[in-house]
Amino acid sequence: MDRIYLDNAATCGLLPEVVEAMQPVLAGKPVNASSVHAFGRDAKKLLDEAREKVAKALGAKKEEIFFTSGGSEADNWAIKGTAGIKGRGHIITSAIEHHAVLHTCQALEKQGFQVTYLPVDEYGLVDPKAVEDAIREDTILVSIMAANNEIGTIEPIEEIGAICKAHKVPFHTDAVQAVGHMEIRVHEMNIDMLSLSGHKLGAPQGVGVLYVRTGLRLQNLIDGGAQERSRRAGTENMLGIVGLGRAIELATENMEKNNAYETALRDKLIHGILDTIPDSRLNGHPTRRLPGNVNVCIRYIEGESLLLLLDMNGIAASSGSACTSGSLDPSHVLLAIGLPHEIAHGSLRLTLNHLNTEEEIDRTIQALKPIVERLRAMSPLFNQQKGGSQLV
Amino acid sequence: MYSEKVMDHFMNPRNVGEIENPSGTGIVGNPKCGDIMQMFLQIEDNVITDVKFKTFGCGAAIATSSMATEMVKGKTIEEALKLTNKAVAEALDGLPPVKMHCSLLAEQALKEALEDYFTKNNIPLPEGFTKPNVEEDED
Repeated sequence: MDRIYLDNAATCGLLPEVVEAMQPVLAGKPVNASSVHAFGRDAKKLLDEAREKVAKALGAKKEEIFFTSGGSEADNWAIKGTAGIKGRGHIITSAIEHHAVLHTCQALEKQGFQVTYLPVDEYGLVDPKAVEDAIREDTILVSIMAANNEIGTIEPIEEIGAICKAHKVPFHTDAVQAVGHMEIRVHEMNIDMLSLSGHKLGAPQGVGVLYVRTGLRLQNLIDGGAQERSRRAGTENMLGIVGLGRAIELATENMEKNNAYETALRDKLIHGILDTIPDSRLNGHPTRRLPGNVNVCIRYIEGESLLLLLDMNGIAASSGSACTSGSLDPSHVLLAIGLPHEIAHGSLRLTLNHLNTEEEIDRTIQALKPIVERLRAMSPLFNQQKGGSQLV
Repeated sequence: MYSEKVMDHFMNPRNVGEIENPSGTGIVGNPKCGDIMQMFLQIEDNVITDVKFKTFGCGAAIATSSMATEMVKGKTIEEALKLTNKAVAEALDGLPPVKMHCSLLAEQALKEALEDYFTKNNIPLPEGFTKPNVEEDED
């Protein structure tokens, strides 16, 4: 059975071009960019090239690019680093951020910082006006994601950036899901800090970036050696960094083509599901969404059983149900867009990329219907809905 | 994350369905938590002659419902009352810790169905009859 991978928002495999670009490092030559000798100089060159590629993709200067261990570290650094400089104050974020932002803010609350978690509308959009209204004298940071990892909604970060600039409040955006899928020019968009991750772009796990606008002060998260201009210590993850450089270059070059391709597949999948499965709904915005993101709720069934049966059919997906989150609550994002618990438990996220084919999308739509019918046939909730014997 | 037995009972659940005019039925859990289990019992001469279930829930919830029905089918009421969630979980070769509450749900559904049978037939509840409190466990 040919397996179909529709969980690209979780991670996607290494792209062949990235593997090729990493060959000089994989070949086994020592690559410590801090070393004075010829090996070190070669490594420094690879490091500089990768940094330039990232800077170019974001419209940043290369000295504004800092390599990290991934998106989570970048988010932690942006938020805790700002808090560390200021010592006290107020942070504005949204209710639908990734846990790397939410849990970081919650940790700071325990240290006495105040945090406003802005609500979102039914599509998951943050209202820029609400950001402006929430800004106070003591606001030290606004952190709003560029695009949501679960429901794919693209946030109005340019408007939010302009508001933050007008009020002189630093603006951080978690762009882990957005980079490579939407045009980002950090300077024009008034973004002061931006987090991104390598493995969402076809580079390995364990590498990411925090862009920090020149002049913005940030406390170090990791102290030690003089790497990353003494702002992020630790011998560089050269394999990851070289891979990330190539991956972001590819993503930028192919963005227009890939976005058009993925959007067509995405819409085919969305309509295929909504047309064939009664009592299903799309989560997130119909058009202001990531090109590869499909997120639906299918009523009367639970997400984990759906995932297990899809997997049996060779289809890899994910869900925001409690059973897959490791807690008893369904996804905070689905609750924030106003879904009741019982509907949120039946969520299904299918995230595709440019390597998925139309045939795979057709197969997924075909596979889903009998799976849903099977689970509904054993669901007491479905029974109730259809007028069977009921006790709830 | 699941044992082969759990996957077998999830993929090929035994005794799915409903019994018309059952001797007793119980429904437990709530959609908010993501698990609902309903059990139907047919009881003749103190013996559970048939049992069916319907479940809304994760793989473990479906598998424990299926296993619990298998374990009480053909048993006397007294035997069925001795079924514990641990026994169901063990019969499935174990459950991940976060899924143990599903097995509790199966025990509770069975006991609710038996209580329904006792009530309908004016039979006093057996001495020491208790039902696990799933709600408390889930908080």
